[in-house]
Amino acid sequence: MYDGWKIILGLIVFVIIVTLPFTMSIGKPYVQPKPSIDTPEIQKMEKKQCIEPKQYMREMHIKILYSWKDYATREGKRVYVASDGKQYDVSLQNTCMKCHSNKEKFCDECHNYVNVKPYCWDCHIEPKVGGVK
Amino acid sequence: MPFRIPTTAGQQFSLPWIKYSKIDNPSTGWGVALRMFFEIAFFRSLFRNTKADILNGRLYVGSNKWLWIGALAFHYCFLIILVRHLRFFVGETPWCISLIDSIDSFWQIGLPMLYMTDIIIAAALLYLLGRRIFNPQVKYISLPSDYFPLFLILGIVATGILMRYFAKVDITSIKELTLGLVYLNPIVPKGLGSLFYIHLFLVSVLFAYFPFSKLMHMGGVFLSPTRNLANNNRMKRHVNPWDYPVKHRHYEEYENEFREKMKKAGIPVEKE
Repeated sequence: MYDGWKIILGLIVFVIIVTLPFTMSIGKPYVQPKPSIDTPEIQKMEKKQCIEPKQYMREMHIKILYSWKDYATREGKRVYVASDGKQYDVSLQNTCMKCHSNKEKFCDECHNYVNVKPYCWDCHIEPKVGGVK
Repeated sequence: MPFRIPTTAGQQFSLPWIKYSKIDNPSTGWGVALRMFFEIAFFRSLFRNTKADILNGRLYVGSNKWLWIGALAFHYCFLIILVRHLRFFVGETPWCISLIDSIDSFWQIGLPMLYMTDIIIAAALLYLLGRRIFNPQVKYISLPSDYFPLFLILGIVATGILMRYFAKVDITSIKELTLGLVYLNPIVPKGLGSLFYIHLFLVSVLFAYFPFSKLMHMGGVFLSPTRNLANNNRMKRHVNPWDYPVKHRHYEEYENEFREKMKKAGIPVEKE
């Protein structure tokens, strides 16, 4: 192999870059996200369910919130009819955050985990730490 | 290399008072490094792409930058998308990845916010595919190994876009799966849609296909002899490194061995 050291150097650089996800994780403990639903409002509920089934909320809450923004601020529609027929107020502050009053233990838990930075709190008032509005 | 292969696009270095092209026809290692940089970062050779056409019975040759633009857009978007995915593979996303992410989505269109690279890579891929389908000359020389990576990457992009903007998937569970792989402790979380597994499968196919296909131009571009060798044929002597000592025999030795026999047969000899 002629000029072999250049090839080997290039391969070493390539391997270092490709294995970055593994090497960057060395020594860092694996923290699994555990969004907490332990709030006074949720404890009071008999059947602990959000406005839609859990799996649906996990996947689609972003779409629901985005459509709620348009319903409330553009169309003046203030009532959301869930798939099971129940009616809810279209309001982040008064519906979502009433039960999920623990933003840093519920919202942030997963959002930080997957590095998502929603801009809800650019306009809405961010709940204070401790869950009291 | 026994000789440098100077496929040049500029004046060669000769006499000091003749201006020469330092990047396009380098005579030093640093010049080569610059040429390689421009080749890899900006596809400089492709920038010189031309197109010949016959108009009104006359042949015209003109510059044609569309392929260069399409290729550059595709490659950079692919790189940014690949790097962005690092947020699923490391526990805490480094700030530089977050920065790329926020620049990519800085128009703040929709929610989840639209990435510009998603639009551009889809457009670039469709252009590169359309070129092979609608341009007769390119169509003629296109092989299955040209179409396959295009369709494969289009499939990856399509499933990715579907997952992010339309069908929606449980992204937290996905990261649990990927981090499980990184920490060598694989788990399969429940509730992951088939779309995610299609995406994962296509990416795996791409990685498996990569080393055996034309996609190896990723590594091969570094090894292009017309790009990575300085044009110093007339300044330095380049000896073929795989030359070996050739076995040879002088006529003198031959004659010494067969002189008597040659004389008997009447063949003239140089020495008596």
